[in-house]
Amino acid sequence: MGRIEIDETRCKGCGLCTTACHLKLISLSKELNVLGFTPAVTTNREKCTGCALCAELCPDVAISVFKDK
Amino acid sequence: MQQVFKRPVSLKDVQTHFCPGCNHGTIHRLVAEAMDEFGVRERTIGVASVGCSVFLYGYFDVDVVEAPHGRAAAVATGVKRARPDSFVFTYQGDGDLAAIGTAEIIHAANRGEDITVIFVNNTTYGMTGGQMAPTTLVGQKTSTSPYGREHAKDGSPIRMAELLAQLGGVAFSARVAVNTSRNLMDAKKQIKKAFRYQVEGKGFSFIEALSTCPTAWGVTPIQANERVGRELIEYFPLGIFKDTADWNPQSSPTAPVEQPGALPFPEFMHEI
Amino acid sequence: MSQRLFVKGNEAVAMAAIEAGCRYYFGYPITPQSDIPEYLSRELPKLNGEFIQAESEVAAINMLLGASATGVRAMTSSSSPGISLKQEGISYMAGSELPGVIVNISRSGPGLGGIDASQADYWQSVKGGGHGGYHIVVLAPASIQEMYDLTMLAFDLADIYRTPVMVLADSVVGQMKEALLPNPRPVTTLPEKGWAVRGRKEGTPQMIVKSLFLGDGELEAHNWKLHGKYDVMREKECRQELFLTDDAELIITAFGSVARIAKTAILMAREAGMKVGLLRPITLFPFPAQAFKEVTGRCKKILDIELNNGQMVEDVRLSVARDAEVFFYGRPPGAGSLPVPEELFEQIIKHY
Repeated sequence: MGRIEIDETRCKGCGLCTTACHLKLISLSKELNVLGFTPAVTTNREKCTGCALCAELCPDVAISVFKDK
Repeated sequence: MQQVFKRPVSLKDVQTHFCPGCNHGTIHRLVAEAMDEFGVRERTIGVASVGCSVFLYGYFDVDVVEAPHGRAAAVATGVKRARPDSFVFTYQGDGDLAAIGTAEIIHAANRGEDITVIFVNNTTYGMTGGQMAPTTLVGQKTSTSPYGREHAKDGSPIRMAELLAQLGGVAFSARVAVNTSRNLMDAKKQIKKAFRYQVEGKGFSFIEALSTCPTAWGVTPIQANERVGRELIEYFPLGIFKDTADWNPQSSPTAPVEQPGALPFPEFMHEI
Repeated sequence: MSQRLFVKGNEAVAMAAIEAGCRYYFGYPITPQSDIPEYLSRELPKLNGEFIQAESEVAAINMLLGASATGVRAMTSSSSPGISLKQEGISYMAGSELPGVIVNISRSGPGLGGIDASQADYWQSVKGGGHGGYHIVVLAPASIQEMYDLTMLAFDLADIYRTPVMVLADSVVGQMKEALLPNPRPVTTLPEKGWAVRGRKEGTPQMIVKSLFLGDGELEAHNWKLHGKYDVMREKECRQELFLTDDAELIITAFGSVARIAKTAILMAREAGMKVGLLRPITLFPFPAQAFKEVTGRCKKILDIELNNGQMVEDVRLSVARDAEVFFYGRPPGAGSLPVPEELFEQIIKHY
């Protein structure tokens, strides 16, 4: 069981995290953030395993990952 | 729940100026993670180069000297010789290191300066608007090779990691990529290895990190990462081209200096 | 009391650097200054210093930049074509406010030119040889003793003003042997190098040595700051030698090696009953403009003599009293063009 937090103000909407998630839990929002980008958002959050691959691939270190020990 | 992924301490909590999807941010983070892991932040002196990487001091929470275009390896030489206890790294792009700075990088490497060089190769001059670089692939169109790079006219892209591996002073030389999770995990490992060489005083360590420039390439960030896997790695194979940890000191009392003809065969981390 | 030594000018530079506490030298061989790297390659390792023979003058000046950024005293030396290559790094050092000593035992040009004594690098040295509108301090020794003393002064001025300092001489002064009193390093109060990069310890500010300023108004403010320092230098650091100027009807001005020849010609003129003196600039930047203004308050004739086609004479004309006449005599440098005293004596007769 895991959880990610996306810092929407830092996200530039590059979408690389969406390719990293094997469960396809991340997509780009239709709404613009303060920077004018469409930030990444999560769906079906309960399925997140906390593998952190999305965060690893994020060039803007905008994703924090939490996991049950 | 426990936080399992967070920003490294050595990387400032600020927004970068990099374009969306640019791999610079990822490579910055991996370098900062290595800095944290070895606990060298407080004795690190970074040398910034000219190009998109110039704002090193804005992102790394360490002391930084800004070098003229191409001269980072010479500046780092001066820094390290004057302060041998410091941890010194340069962070340079392909125009900076492989064109205007070739003399400086080759001789710093050959002297075996005890520094770590992070060389970011995205096959173009990003900061100035996507011109042809020494690493631009044959056929690749850029703003100064509008018909595509021609081997006959422009030569072929230069493979720095292999080239430097042949020099006696080089302790470690590897090429990595951060375009996929798997390559990124390997990149992490190799960057840490390069750091360890300097921490242990073993000589010059070199990381060539394949990178992207979605803006200059005119593609999306996802397509750019795919291009790294599809085109770049084919010409710039990932792997370790020299690793003096594998060097047998019995065969040469002057290790890590390698003898001609005794270069280890490159071991590739992946099938292409 | 120090022992009197009989040494070459280039050796005096190297000895002074060591006495001044310089332990880091980066250079590249070029005639007529190679005695400096040769001397230091032998002596610095004994003092736990570092000598690097760089791959080029470009690399050498950038090694100096890096070492200096960490707060140590460091130097490089070269000759004219090599100094041209160093201009990039000198501009970056000036922009980054880095101290450092650059010795130019200049030779004749343009291009590969020749190895003969020359003062044709005056413009390049004092007007900011690289891009961007800056100055560096330029010291012009005329004797082996001055090669030693001014090299030590160069390190102090570099640290005080956070600027590159050039010692500008030629093969006459560099290759000649003379008596030298190797004076100990003078006691000077120097500012702390709080700006140096030494690794950011927890709780201390991040140090950045850079010349890039992109913020609104930042670069303008930085340039005003640099030029403010140049004004202070003009006020406090001008140095010159006055020789028999009190009663002079004609004052010769010359710097470095040719000033020695001029001195002989002046003594010949005095023998012949002509009141001739010498104003020898020791600092070429800051230029001793005030001294020119003062002597031309009384003496209205200045004869500027240089080993070039006329470079310093421009600054002389800008500095003298409005009613003073400035004459020029010079020959472009090259084999056989070094003037003899008799030749300069003729010029004195012509303009007296």
